[in-house]
Amino acid sequence: MIRSLPRSGLYRWGFRSYVTFYFFFLFAPILVTCVLAFNDSMFPSLPWKGFTLDWFFSDGPQKIGFFHDQKNLRSIFVSLKVAFSVTILSTLLGTCAAFLFEQEDFRFKNVMYFLMLAPMVIPGVILGISILMFTNTLGLFFENVFGWDVKLLRPGYWLVVLGQVSFISTFVALVVIARLRKFDRTLEEAAMNLGASRIEAIWHITLRYLRPAIIGSAAVAFLMSFENFNTTLFLVGSESTIPITLYLQVRDGSTPVINAISFILILTSSVIALANLFIARKETM
Amino acid sequence: MNPKGSGIRWIFLLFFTPVALWLLLLLILPHVELLRMSFLKGESGAGLGVTWDNYLGFFHEPIYWTTFVRTALYSVVVTLIVLTVALPIAFYTTKIAGVKVQGFLLVLLLLPFWVSELIRVYGWMIILRESGVLSSFMLSMGLWQEPVELLYNDIVMIMGLVYTTLLFMVVPVISVMESLDDSLIEAAYDLGANKITIWRKIIIPYAMPGIMSGSIVVFMIVLGSYLTPKLMGGKNSLWFTEQIYNQFITYFNWNQGSAFGFLLLLLSSGIIWMALKLTRQKLSDVLK
Repeated sequence: MIRSLPRSGLYRWGFRSYVTFYFFFLFAPILVTCVLAFNDSMFPSLPWKGFTLDWFFSDGPQKIGFFHDQKNLRSIFVSLKVAFSVTILSTLLGTCAAFLFEQEDFRFKNVMYFLMLAPMVIPGVILGISILMFTNTLGLFFENVFGWDVKLLRPGYWLVVLGQVSFISTFVALVVIARLRKFDRTLEEAAMNLGASRIEAIWHITLRYLRPAIIGSAAVAFLMSFENFNTTLFLVGSESTIPITLYLQVRDGSTPVINAISFILILTSSVIALANLFIARKETM
Repeated sequence: MNPKGSGIRWIFLLFFTPVALWLLLLLILPHVELLRMSFLKGESGAGLGVTWDNYLGFFHEPIYWTTFVRTALYSVVVTLIVLTVALPIAFYTTKIAGVKVQGFLLVLLLLPFWVSELIRVYGWMIILRESGVLSSFMLSMGLWQEPVELLYNDIVMIMGLVYTTLLFMVVPVISVMESLDDSLIEAAYDLGANKITIWRKIIIPYAMPGIMSGSIVVFMIVLGSYLTPKLMGGKNSLWFTEQIYNQFITYFNWNQGSAFGFLLLLLSSGIIWMALKLTRQKLSDVLK
Protein backbone atom coordinates (compact mmCIF):
# COMPACT_ATOMS: atom_id res chain seq x y z
CA MET A 1 0.00 0.00 0.00
CA ILE A 2 2.69 2.48 1.01
CA ARG A 3 6.49 2.46 1.03
CA SER A 4 6.78 0.35 4.15
CA LEU A 5 4.16 -2.23 3.18
CA PRO A 6 4.36 -5.03 0.61
CA ARG A 7 2.92 -4.06 -2.74
CA SER A 8 1.85 -6.31 -5.56
CA GLY A 9 3.50 -5.92 -8.96
CA LEU A 10 0.24 -4.90 -10.58
CA TYR A 11 -0.34 -2.20 -7.97
CA ARG A 12 3.08 -0.72 -8.46
CA TRP A 13 2.87 -0.98 -12.24
CA GLY A 14 -0.57 0.60 -12.27
CA PHE A 15 0.53 3.55 -10.19
CA ARG A 16 3.68 4.10 -12.23
CA SER A 17 1.87 4.17 -15.55
CA TYR A 18 -0.77 6.49 -14.13
CA VAL A 19 1.86 8.92 -12.92
CA THR A 20 3.73 8.73 -16.23
CA PHE A 21 0.55 9.43 -18.14
CA TYR A 22 -0.26 12.31 -15.81
CA PHE A 23 3.09 13.98 -16.44
CA PHE A 24 2.75 13.43 -20.15
CA PHE A 25 -0.64 15.14 -20.02
CA LEU A 26 0.84 17.94 -17.94
CA PHE A 27 3.77 18.72 -20.20
CA ALA A 28 2.52 17.85 -23.69
CA PRO A 29 0.98 21.24 -24.58
CA ILE A 30 3.92 23.15 -23.14
CA LEU A 31 6.51 21.11 -25.01
CA VAL A 32 4.58 21.31 -28.28
CA THR A 33 4.30 25.10 -27.93
CA CYS A 34 8.03 25.44 -27.31
CA VAL A 35 9.12 23.11 -30.11
CA LEU A 36 6.93 24.78 -32.73
CA ALA A 37 8.50 28.14 -31.92
CA PHE A 38 11.51 26.89 -33.91
CA ASN A 39 9.62 25.45 -36.88
CA ASP A 40 10.33 27.17 -40.20
CA SER A 41 6.65 27.40 -41.17
CA MET A 42 4.07 30.16 -41.40
CA PHE A 43 1.65 28.25 -39.15
CA PRO A 44 2.11 26.90 -35.63
CA SER A 45 1.62 23.33 -36.80
CA LEU A 46 3.32 20.28 -38.26
CA PRO A 47 4.88 19.20 -40.64
CA TRP A 48 8.34 20.08 -39.42
CA LYS A 49 10.00 22.26 -42.05
CA GLY A 50 13.36 22.71 -40.42
CA PHE A 51 14.87 24.65 -37.53
CA THR A 52 14.79 28.42 -37.55
CA LEU A 53 15.18 31.34 -35.19
CA ASP A 54 13.13 33.60 -37.49
CA TRP A 55 10.21 33.76 -35.07
CA PHE A 56 12.51 35.47 -32.61
CA PHE A 57 14.80 37.62 -34.74
CA SER A 58 13.43 38.05 -38.26
CA ASP A 59 12.42 41.61 -39.12
CA GLY A 60 10.02 40.93 -41.97
CA PRO A 61 8.66 41.41 -44.49
CA GLN A 62 7.14 37.93 -44.49
CA LYS A 63 8.01 36.82 -40.99
CA ILE A 64 8.10 39.25 -38.10
CA GLY A 65 9.99 37.81 -35.18
CA PHE A 66 9.21 38.57 -31.56
CA PHE A 67 12.00 41.13 -31.11
CA HIS A 68 10.58 43.18 -33.99
CA ASP A 69 6.92 42.75 -33.09
CA GLN A 70 6.13 46.23 -31.74
CA LYS A 71 2.62 45.45 -30.56
CA ASN A 72 3.56 42.47 -28.45
CA LEU A 73 6.69 44.12 -27.12
CA ARG A 74 4.67 47.11 -26.01
CA SER A 75 2.14 44.88 -24.25
CA ILE A 76 4.88 43.02 -22.43
CA PHE A 77 6.26 46.34 -21.27
CA VAL A 78 2.79 47.41 -20.03
CA SER A 79 2.39 44.09 -18.21
CA LEU A 80 5.78 44.48 -16.55
CA LYS A 81 4.86 47.97 -15.38
CA VAL A 82 1.52 46.77 -14.03
CA ALA A 83 3.07 43.76 -12.33
CA PHE A 84 5.72 45.96 -10.72
CA SER A 85 3.17 48.32 -9.13
CA VAL A 86 0.87 45.47 -8.15
CA THR A 87 3.71 43.59 -6.48
CA ILE A 88 4.75 46.58 -4.38
CA LEU A 89 1.21 47.57 -3.38
CA SER A 90 -0.07 44.09 -2.64
CA THR A 91 3.05 43.09 -0.72
CA LEU A 92 2.65 46.19 1.48
CA LEU A 93 -1.09 45.65 1.96
CA GLY A 94 -0.77 41.91 2.53
CA THR A 95 1.98 42.37 5.12
CA CYS A 96 -0.02 45.06 6.94
CA ALA A 97 -3.03 42.74 6.95
CA ALA A 98 -0.93 39.89 8.33
CA PHE A 99 0.26 42.02 11.26
CA LEU A 100 -3.22 43.41 11.79
CA PHE A 101 -4.93 40.03 12.01
CA GLU A 102 -2.15 38.17 13.81
CA GLN A 103 -0.91 40.74 16.33
CA GLU A 104 -3.73 43.19 16.97
CA ASP A 105 -7.11 42.86 18.60
CA PHE A 106 -10.09 45.03 17.77
CA ARG A 107 -13.83 44.99 17.36
CA PHE A 108 -15.19 43.35 14.21
CA LYS A 109 -11.86 41.63 13.65
CA ASN A 110 -13.58 38.43 12.52
CA VAL A 111 -15.86 40.29 10.13
CA MET A 112 -12.89 42.06 8.62
CA TYR A 113 -10.90 38.86 8.36
CA PHE A 114 -13.79 37.21 6.57
CA LEU A 115 -14.02 40.17 4.17
CA MET A 116 -10.32 39.91 3.47
CA LEU A 117 -10.74 36.23 2.53
CA ALA A 118 -13.66 37.02 0.20
CA PRO A 119 -11.57 37.71 -2.94
CA MET A 120 -10.46 34.08 -2.85
CA VAL A 121 -14.03 33.00 -3.54
CA ILE A 122 -15.19 35.87 -5.77
CA PRO A 123 -14.75 35.16 -9.48
CA GLY A 124 -12.23 37.55 -11.07
CA VAL A 125 -14.77 38.68 -13.64
CA ILE A 126 -17.01 40.01 -10.86
CA LEU A 127 -14.17 41.87 -9.17
CA GLY A 128 -13.44 43.44 -12.55
CA ILE A 129 -16.96 44.59 -13.33
CA SER A 130 -17.77 45.83 -9.84
CA ILE A 131 -14.58 47.90 -9.64
CA LEU A 132 -15.27 49.21 -13.14
CA MET A 133 -18.78 50.34 -12.18
CA PHE A 134 -17.75 51.78 -8.84
CA THR A 135 -14.97 53.90 -10.33
CA ASN A 136 -17.22 54.92 -13.19
CA THR A 137 -19.91 56.14 -10.79
CA LEU A 138 -17.30 57.89 -8.68
CA GLY A 139 -15.83 59.53 -11.78
CA LEU A 140 -19.27 60.77 -12.88
CA PHE A 141 -19.89 62.10 -9.41
CA PHE A 142 -16.65 64.10 -9.37
CA GLU A 143 -17.35 65.41 -12.84
CA ASN A 144 -20.95 66.47 -12.10
CA VAL A 145 -20.40 67.92 -8.66
CA PHE A 146 -16.92 69.45 -8.84
CA GLY A 147 -16.31 69.50 -12.56
CA TRP A 148 -13.13 67.43 -12.10
CA ASP A 149 -12.04 64.94 -14.68
CA VAL A 150 -10.26 62.27 -12.67
CA LYS A 151 -8.11 60.23 -15.08
CA LEU A 152 -7.36 57.69 -12.38
CA LEU A 153 -10.96 56.52 -12.39
CA ARG A 154 -11.07 55.73 -16.10
CA PRO A 155 -10.15 52.30 -17.46
CA GLY A 156 -6.39 52.26 -17.83
CA TYR A 157 -3.14 51.59 -16.07
CA TRP A 158 -4.11 52.44 -12.49
CA LEU A 159 -7.49 50.79 -12.65
CA VAL A 160 -5.85 47.55 -13.80
CA VAL A 161 -3.38 47.86 -10.94
CA LEU A 162 -6.13 48.46 -8.37
CA GLY A 163 -8.26 45.61 -9.72
CA GLN A 164 -5.40 43.17 -9.41
CA VAL A 165 -4.30 44.47 -6.01
CA SER A 166 -7.80 43.80 -4.67
CA PHE A 167 -7.28 40.03 -4.73
CA ILE A 168 -3.50 39.53 -4.96
CA SER A 169 -3.12 41.25 -1.56
CA THR A 170 -5.27 38.52 -0.02
CA PHE A 171 -2.91 35.92 -1.38
CA VAL A 172 0.13 37.71 0.07
CA ALA A 173 -1.64 38.15 3.40
CA LEU A 174 -2.43 34.42 3.67
CA VAL A 175 1.18 33.44 2.98
CA VAL A 176 2.61 35.98 5.42
CA ILE A 177 0.03 35.10 8.11
CA ALA A 178 1.02 31.43 7.85
CA ARG A 179 4.63 32.36 8.54
CA LEU A 180 3.83 34.90 11.24
CA ARG A 181 1.92 32.23 13.16
CA LYS A 182 5.15 30.33 13.66
CA PHE A 183 6.94 33.41 14.97
CA ASP A 184 7.96 33.37 18.61
CA ARG A 185 6.64 36.67 19.96
CA THR A 186 8.90 36.58 23.00
CA LEU A 187 11.67 37.67 20.60
CA GLU A 188 9.78 40.92 20.00
CA GLU A 189 9.16 41.32 23.73
CA ALA A 190 12.83 40.76 24.48
CA ALA A 191 13.80 43.47 22.03
CA MET A 192 11.27 45.83 23.58
CA ASN A 193 12.49 45.04 27.09
CA LEU A 194 15.96 45.96 25.91
CA GLY A 195 14.66 49.36 24.90
CA ALA A 196 13.52 48.98 21.31
CA SER A 197 10.27 50.60 20.30
CA ARG A 198 7.63 48.36 18.76
CA ILE A 199 8.44 49.70 15.30
CA GLU A 200 12.12 48.95 15.81
CA ALA A 201 11.33 45.46 17.06
CA ILE A 202 9.16 44.78 14.04
CA TRP A 203 11.69 46.25 11.64
CA HIS A 204 14.76 44.48 12.98
CA ILE A 205 13.28 41.20 14.15
CA THR A 206 9.83 40.30 12.88
CA LEU A 207 10.28 41.55 9.32
CA ARG A 208 13.65 39.84 9.10
CA TYR A 209 11.99 36.61 10.18
CA LEU A 210 9.20 37.10 7.62
CA ARG A 211 11.56 37.94 4.75
CA PRO A 212 11.46 34.56 2.95
CA ALA A 213 7.65 34.52 3.03
CA ILE A 214 7.45 38.11 1.81
CA ILE A 215 9.92 37.57 -1.02
CA GLY A 216 8.24 34.32 -2.04
CA SER A 217 4.76 35.80 -2.06
CA ALA A 218 6.01 38.89 -3.91
CA ALA A 219 7.37 36.64 -6.66
CA VAL A 220 4.05 34.84 -6.95
CA ALA A 221 2.18 38.16 -6.82
CA PHE A 222 4.28 39.40 -9.73
CA LEU A 223 3.44 36.34 -11.76
CA MET A 224 -0.25 36.41 -10.83
CA SER A 225 -0.42 40.00 -11.99
CA PHE A 226 1.55 39.35 -15.17
CA GLU A 227 -0.79 36.54 -16.16
CA ASN A 228 -4.09 37.96 -15.01
CA PHE A 229 -6.80 38.01 -17.62
CA ASN A 230 -10.27 37.87 -16.05
CA THR A 231 -10.13 40.99 -13.89
CA THR A 232 -7.91 42.96 -16.25
CA LEU A 233 -10.20 42.41 -19.24
CA PHE A 234 -12.76 44.89 -17.95
CA LEU A 235 -10.40 47.50 -16.58
CA VAL A 236 -7.94 47.79 -19.41
CA GLY A 237 -7.78 51.03 -21.38
CA SER A 238 -5.95 51.70 -24.61
CA GLU A 239 -2.75 50.04 -23.40
CA SER A 240 -3.48 46.34 -23.16
CA THR A 241 -1.46 43.88 -21.16
CA ILE A 242 0.18 40.87 -22.77
CA PRO A 243 -2.46 38.24 -21.81
CA ILE A 244 -5.11 40.33 -23.54
CA THR A 245 -3.04 41.03 -26.66
CA LEU A 246 -2.11 37.35 -26.85
CA TYR A 247 -5.71 36.25 -26.33
CA LEU A 248 -6.89 38.22 -29.35
CA GLN A 249 -4.12 36.73 -31.49
CA VAL A 250 -4.81 33.18 -30.29
CA ARG A 251 -8.51 33.56 -30.91
CA ASP A 252 -8.12 34.94 -34.42
CA GLY A 253 -5.16 32.76 -35.38
CA SER A 254 -1.62 33.97 -35.83
CA THR A 255 1.88 33.00 -36.89
CA PRO A 256 4.27 31.04 -34.66
CA VAL A 257 5.41 34.33 -33.17
CA ILE A 258 2.99 33.47 -30.34
CA ASN A 259 5.00 30.31 -29.78
CA ALA A 260 8.17 32.37 -29.60
CA ILE A 261 6.60 34.70 -27.00
CA SER A 262 5.26 31.70 -25.08
CA PHE A 263 8.70 30.09 -25.16
CA ILE A 264 10.28 33.19 -23.64
CA LEU A 265 7.55 33.54 -21.01
CA ILE A 266 7.74 29.83 -20.11
CA LEU A 267 11.51 30.07 -19.76
CA THR A 268 11.30 33.18 -17.58
CA SER A 269 8.59 31.84 -15.30
CA SER A 270 10.41 28.52 -14.89
CA VAL A 271 13.50 30.41 -13.78
CA ILE A 272 11.43 32.44 -11.29
CA ALA A 273 9.74 29.23 -10.09
CA LEU A 274 13.03 27.45 -9.51
CA ALA A 275 14.57 30.47 -7.80
CA ASN A 276 11.52 30.72 -5.57
CA LEU A 277 11.78 27.05 -4.71
CA PHE A 278 15.45 27.45 -3.92
CA ILE A 279 14.67 30.30 -1.50
CA ALA A 280 11.92 28.23 0.12
CA ARG A 281 14.37 25.31 0.52
CA LYS A 282 16.93 27.49 2.22
CA GLU A 283 14.30 28.85 4.56
CA THR A 284 13.23 25.41 5.83
CA MET A 285 16.80 24.17 6.27
CA MET B 1 -2.68 43.89 25.49
CA ASN B 2 -1.61 47.53 25.28
CA PRO B 3 1.26 47.97 27.64
CA LYS B 4 2.60 51.19 26.12
CA GLY B 5 -0.47 53.28 25.45
CA SER B 6 -0.37 55.78 22.61
CA GLY B 7 2.61 54.30 20.71
CA ILE B 8 0.74 51.06 20.28
CA ARG B 9 -2.37 52.75 18.93
CA TRP B 10 -0.26 54.51 16.34
CA ILE B 11 1.12 51.16 15.16
CA PHE B 12 -2.40 49.78 15.09
CA LEU B 13 -3.50 52.61 12.79
CA LEU B 14 -0.46 52.02 10.58
CA PHE B 15 -1.70 48.47 9.96
CA PHE B 16 -5.40 49.17 10.11
CA THR B 17 -5.75 52.15 7.75
CA PRO B 18 -4.37 50.62 4.54
CA VAL B 19 -6.24 47.36 5.10
CA ALA B 20 -9.50 49.16 5.87
CA LEU B 21 -9.11 51.33 2.76
CA TRP B 22 -8.40 48.27 0.62
CA LEU B 23 -11.44 46.40 1.87
CA LEU B 24 -13.73 49.41 1.71
CA LEU B 25 -12.70 50.90 -1.64
CA LEU B 26 -11.84 47.79 -3.62
CA LEU B 27 -14.27 45.24 -2.19
CA ILE B 28 -17.24 46.55 -0.20
CA LEU B 29 -18.20 49.67 -2.14
CA PRO B 30 -17.71 48.10 -5.61
CA HIS B 31 -19.97 45.19 -4.65
CA VAL B 32 -22.58 47.53 -3.20
CA GLU B 33 -22.43 49.38 -6.50
CA LEU B 34 -22.81 46.07 -8.37
CA LEU B 35 -25.95 45.35 -6.40
CA ARG B 36 -27.30 48.89 -6.87
CA MET B 37 -26.69 48.91 -10.62
CA SER B 38 -28.44 45.58 -11.01
CA PHE B 39 -31.65 47.17 -9.72
CA LEU B 40 -31.52 50.25 -11.95
CA LYS B 41 -33.18 50.67 -15.32
CA GLY B 42 -30.92 50.79 -18.33
CA GLU B 43 -30.03 54.23 -19.65
CA SER B 44 -32.18 53.58 -22.68
CA GLY B 45 -35.21 52.84 -20.47
CA ALA B 46 -37.68 55.57 -19.62
CA GLY B 47 -36.30 57.40 -16.60
CA LEU B 48 -34.44 55.97 -13.67
CA GLY B 49 -35.80 54.00 -10.78
CA VAL B 50 -35.66 50.73 -8.98
CA THR B 51 -36.70 47.73 -11.01
CA TRP B 52 -36.59 43.95 -11.04
CA ASP B 53 -36.40 43.93 -14.84
CA ASN B 54 -32.79 42.88 -15.02
CA TYR B 55 -33.48 39.81 -12.92
CA LEU B 56 -36.77 39.06 -14.69
CA GLY B 57 -34.94 39.27 -18.00
CA PHE B 58 -32.68 36.50 -16.79
CA PHE B 59 -35.61 34.16 -16.14
CA HIS B 60 -37.58 35.07 -19.25
CA GLU B 61 -34.78 34.38 -21.67
CA PRO B 62 -34.08 30.61 -21.65
CA ILE B 63 -30.58 31.02 -23.07
CA TYR B 64 -29.54 32.96 -19.96
CA TRP B 65 -30.71 30.60 -17.29
CA THR B 66 -29.81 27.45 -19.21
CA THR B 67 -26.27 28.80 -19.58
CA PHE B 68 -26.30 29.56 -15.88
CA VAL B 69 -27.40 26.06 -14.88
CA ARG B 70 -25.05 24.48 -17.40
CA THR B 71 -22.09 26.46 -16.05
CA ALA B 72 -22.94 25.48 -12.47
CA LEU B 73 -23.31 21.77 -13.30
CA TYR B 74 -20.17 21.61 -15.42
CA SER B 75 -18.21 23.38 -12.69
CA VAL B 76 -19.27 20.73 -10.19
CA VAL B 77 -18.40 17.95 -12.66
CA VAL B 78 -14.98 19.46 -13.38
CA THR B 79 -14.29 19.79 -9.65
CA LEU B 80 -15.14 16.10 -9.10
CA ILE B 81 -12.95 14.99 -12.02
CA VAL B 82 -10.06 17.13 -10.78
CA LEU B 83 -10.44 15.53 -7.36
CA THR B 84 -10.34 11.96 -8.71
CA VAL B 85 -7.36 12.73 -10.93
CA ALA B 86 -5.43 14.55 -8.21
CA LEU B 87 -5.92 12.16 -5.26
CA PRO B 88 -3.78 9.27 -6.63
CA ILE B 89 -1.08 11.71 -7.72
CA ALA B 90 -0.95 13.30 -4.28
CA PHE B 91 -0.92 9.86 -2.67
CA TYR B 92 1.85 8.63 -4.94
CA THR B 93 4.09 11.65 -4.35
CA THR B 94 3.69 11.63 -0.58
CA LYS B 95 3.40 7.94 0.29
CA ILE B 96 4.65 5.69 -2.52
CA ALA B 97 7.44 7.46 -4.40
CA GLY B 98 10.94 6.94 -3.03
CA VAL B 99 12.08 9.64 -0.65
CA LYS B 100 14.73 10.80 -3.12
CA VAL B 101 12.39 11.25 -6.07
CA GLN B 102 9.77 12.99 -3.95
CA GLY B 103 11.28 16.47 -4.10
CA PHE B 104 11.89 16.15 -7.81
CA LEU B 105 8.29 15.01 -8.42
CA LEU B 106 6.97 17.99 -6.48
CA VAL B 107 8.97 20.43 -8.57
CA LEU B 108 7.77 18.73 -11.73
CA LEU B 109 4.16 18.89 -10.55
CA LEU B 110 4.31 22.60 -9.82
CA LEU B 111 6.39 23.78 -12.75
CA PRO B 112 3.72 23.86 -15.51
CA PHE B 113 1.45 25.97 -13.36
CA TRP B 114 3.85 28.87 -13.39
CA VAL B 115 3.04 29.10 -17.07
CA SER B 116 -0.03 31.21 -17.75
CA GLU B 117 -3.41 29.64 -18.43
CA LEU B 118 -3.54 31.26 -21.85
CA ILE B 119 -0.29 29.69 -23.04
CA ARG B 120 -1.28 26.25 -21.78
CA VAL B 121 -4.66 26.48 -23.49
CA TYR B 122 -2.91 27.64 -26.64
CA GLY B 123 -0.72 24.53 -26.45
CA TRP B 124 -3.82 22.33 -26.44
CA MET B 125 -5.29 24.31 -29.32
CA ILE B 126 -2.32 23.72 -31.60
CA ILE B 127 -2.37 20.03 -30.68
CA LEU B 128 -6.06 19.43 -31.13
CA ARG B 129 -7.31 21.65 -33.91
CA GLU B 130 -8.07 20.39 -37.40
CA SER B 131 -4.75 21.55 -38.81
CA GLY B 132 -3.06 20.71 -35.52
CA VAL B 133 -0.23 18.48 -34.40
CA LEU B 134 -2.29 15.42 -33.53
CA SER B 135 -4.23 15.50 -36.77
CA SER B 136 -1.17 15.79 -38.99
CA PHE B 137 0.62 13.11 -36.97
CA MET B 138 -2.30 10.69 -37.41
CA LEU B 139 -2.50 11.50 -41.12
CA SER B 140 1.19 10.92 -41.69
CA MET B 141 0.96 7.61 -39.85
CA GLY B 142 -1.94 6.65 -42.07
CA LEU B 143 -4.24 6.09 -39.09
CA TRP B 144 -6.73 8.76 -40.13
CA GLN B 145 -7.88 9.33 -43.67
CA GLU B 146 -8.67 13.03 -43.24
CA PRO B 147 -8.02 15.73 -40.63
CA VAL B 148 -10.41 15.66 -37.68
CA GLU B 149 -11.47 18.72 -35.68
CA LEU B 150 -11.03 17.81 -32.02
CA LEU B 151 -11.49 21.28 -30.58
CA TYR B 152 -14.73 23.12 -29.88
CA ASN B 153 -16.76 20.51 -28.04
CA ASP B 154 -17.81 20.02 -24.44
CA ILE B 155 -15.52 17.08 -23.71
CA VAL B 156 -12.41 18.95 -24.79
CA MET B 157 -13.58 22.01 -22.90
CA ILE B 158 -13.97 19.97 -19.70
CA MET B 159 -10.55 18.43 -20.25
CA GLY B 160 -9.10 21.92 -20.65
CA LEU B 161 -10.73 23.12 -17.44
CA VAL B 162 -9.46 20.05 -15.57
CA TYR B 163 -6.00 20.67 -16.97
CA THR B 164 -5.83 24.31 -15.96
CA THR B 165 -7.03 23.74 -12.39
CA LEU B 166 -5.31 20.48 -11.33
CA LEU B 167 -2.61 22.24 -9.35
CA PHE B 168 -5.11 23.93 -7.06
CA MET B 169 -6.23 20.49 -5.91
CA VAL B 170 -2.87 18.71 -5.93
CA VAL B 171 -1.09 21.24 -3.69
CA PRO B 172 -3.52 21.38 -0.73
CA VAL B 173 -4.08 17.62 -0.81
CA ILE B 174 -0.34 16.93 -0.83
CA SER B 175 0.19 19.28 2.07
CA VAL B 176 -2.32 17.43 4.28
CA MET B 177 -1.25 13.97 3.15
CA GLU B 178 2.34 14.75 4.07
CA SER B 179 1.35 14.91 7.69
CA LEU B 180 -0.61 11.64 7.59
CA ASP B 181 1.29 9.20 9.81
CA ASP B 182 2.25 6.05 7.88
CA SER B 183 1.72 3.97 10.99
CA LEU B 184 -2.04 4.57 10.79
CA ILE B 185 -2.11 2.88 7.40
CA GLU B 186 0.27 0.15 8.59
CA ALA B 187 -1.92 -0.57 11.59
CA ALA B 188 -5.04 -0.82 9.42
CA TYR B 189 -3.17 -3.09 7.04
CA ASP B 190 -1.96 -5.35 9.84
CA LEU B 191 -5.49 -5.61 11.17
CA GLY B 192 -6.61 -6.89 7.78
CA ALA B 193 -8.24 -3.85 6.17
CA ASN B 194 -8.24 -3.86 2.39
CA LYS B 195 -7.27 -0.89 0.23
CA ILE B 196 -10.78 0.42 -0.23
CA THR B 197 -11.42 0.43 3.50
CA ILE B 198 -8.12 2.17 4.16
CA TRP B 199 -8.96 4.87 1.65
CA ARG B 200 -12.48 5.28 2.93
CA LYS B 201 -11.78 5.17 6.67
CA ILE B 202 -8.33 6.70 6.95
CA ILE B 203 -6.95 8.53 3.97
CA ILE B 204 -10.00 10.44 2.75
CA PRO B 205 -11.23 11.58 6.18
CA TYR B 206 -7.71 12.66 7.06
CA ALA B 207 -7.25 14.57 3.79
CA MET B 208 -10.68 16.19 4.01
CA PRO B 209 -9.51 19.74 4.88
CA GLY B 210 -7.14 19.68 1.90
CA ILE B 211 -9.80 18.19 -0.35
CA MET B 212 -12.29 20.86 0.68
CA SER B 213 -9.94 23.78 0.19
CA GLY B 214 -8.84 22.37 -3.16
CA SER B 215 -12.44 21.81 -4.25
CA ILE B 216 -13.52 25.32 -3.30
CA VAL B 217 -10.68 26.98 -5.13
CA VAL B 218 -11.05 24.76 -8.20
CA PHE B 219 -14.79 25.25 -8.32
CA MET B 220 -14.43 28.99 -8.00
CA ILE B 221 -11.82 29.22 -10.74
CA VAL B 222 -13.79 27.02 -13.13
CA LEU B 223 -17.03 28.90 -12.52
CA GLY B 224 -15.35 32.22 -13.19
CA SER B 225 -13.12 31.13 -16.02
CA TYR B 226 -13.45 32.78 -19.37
CA LEU B 227 -10.44 31.87 -21.50
CA THR B 228 -10.66 28.10 -21.46
CA PRO B 229 -14.36 27.71 -22.32
CA LYS B 230 -14.14 30.43 -24.92
CA LEU B 231 -11.04 29.09 -26.67
CA MET B 232 -11.61 25.35 -26.31
CA GLY B 233 -15.40 25.18 -26.30
CA GLY B 234 -15.76 27.58 -29.21
CA LYS B 235 -19.03 29.19 -30.16
CA ASN B 236 -21.10 26.60 -28.33
CA SER B 237 -19.24 26.81 -25.04
CA LEU B 238 -22.10 28.79 -23.43
CA TRP B 239 -20.26 29.74 -20.27
CA PHE B 240 -21.93 32.24 -17.98
CA THR B 241 -18.93 34.57 -17.73
CA GLU B 242 -19.26 35.01 -21.48
CA GLN B 243 -22.82 36.29 -21.02
CA ILE B 244 -21.54 38.83 -18.51
CA TYR B 245 -18.81 39.86 -20.92
CA ASN B 246 -21.33 40.21 -23.75
CA GLN B 247 -23.62 42.41 -21.67
CA PHE B 248 -20.76 44.68 -20.69
CA ILE B 249 -18.69 44.87 -23.84
CA THR B 250 -21.01 43.98 -26.71
CA TYR B 251 -24.42 45.32 -25.68
CA PHE B 252 -23.09 47.90 -23.25
CA ASN B 253 -25.97 47.01 -20.92
CA TRP B 254 -24.25 47.40 -17.58
CA ASN B 255 -27.43 46.96 -15.55
CA GLN B 256 -28.24 43.60 -17.06
CA GLY B 257 -24.57 42.66 -16.74
CA SER B 258 -24.56 43.58 -13.04
CA ALA B 259 -27.61 41.42 -12.43
CA PHE B 260 -25.80 38.51 -14.10
CA GLY B 261 -22.68 39.23 -12.08
CA PHE B 262 -24.63 39.30 -8.86
CA LEU B 263 -26.36 36.03 -9.72
CA LEU B 264 -22.98 34.41 -10.40
CA LEU B 265 -21.73 35.71 -7.06
CA LEU B 266 -24.79 34.26 -5.31
CA LEU B 267 -24.29 30.94 -7.06
CA SER B 268 -20.63 30.64 -6.15
CA SER B 269 -21.10 31.63 -2.53
CA GLY B 270 -24.21 29.43 -2.27
CA ILE B 271 -22.48 26.29 -3.51
CA ILE B 272 -19.38 26.92 -1.42
CA TRP B 273 -21.53 27.51 1.66
CA MET B 274 -23.39 24.25 1.03
CA ALA B 275 -20.15 22.31 0.57
CA LEU B 276 -18.80 23.73 3.82
CA LYS B 277 -22.00 22.87 5.70
CA LEU B 278 -22.06 19.33 4.30
CA THR B 279 -18.50 18.64 5.40
CA ARG B 280 -18.76 20.73 8.59
CA GLN B 281 -15.79 22.95 7.81
CA LYS B 282 -15.14 26.67 8.21
CA LEU B 283 -14.07 28.96 5.39
CA SER B 284 -11.25 30.45 7.45
CA ASP B 285 -9.85 26.98 8.20
CA VAL B 286 -10.18 25.82 4.64
CA LEU B 287 -8.36 28.78 3.12
CA LYS B 288 -5.23 28.50 5.23
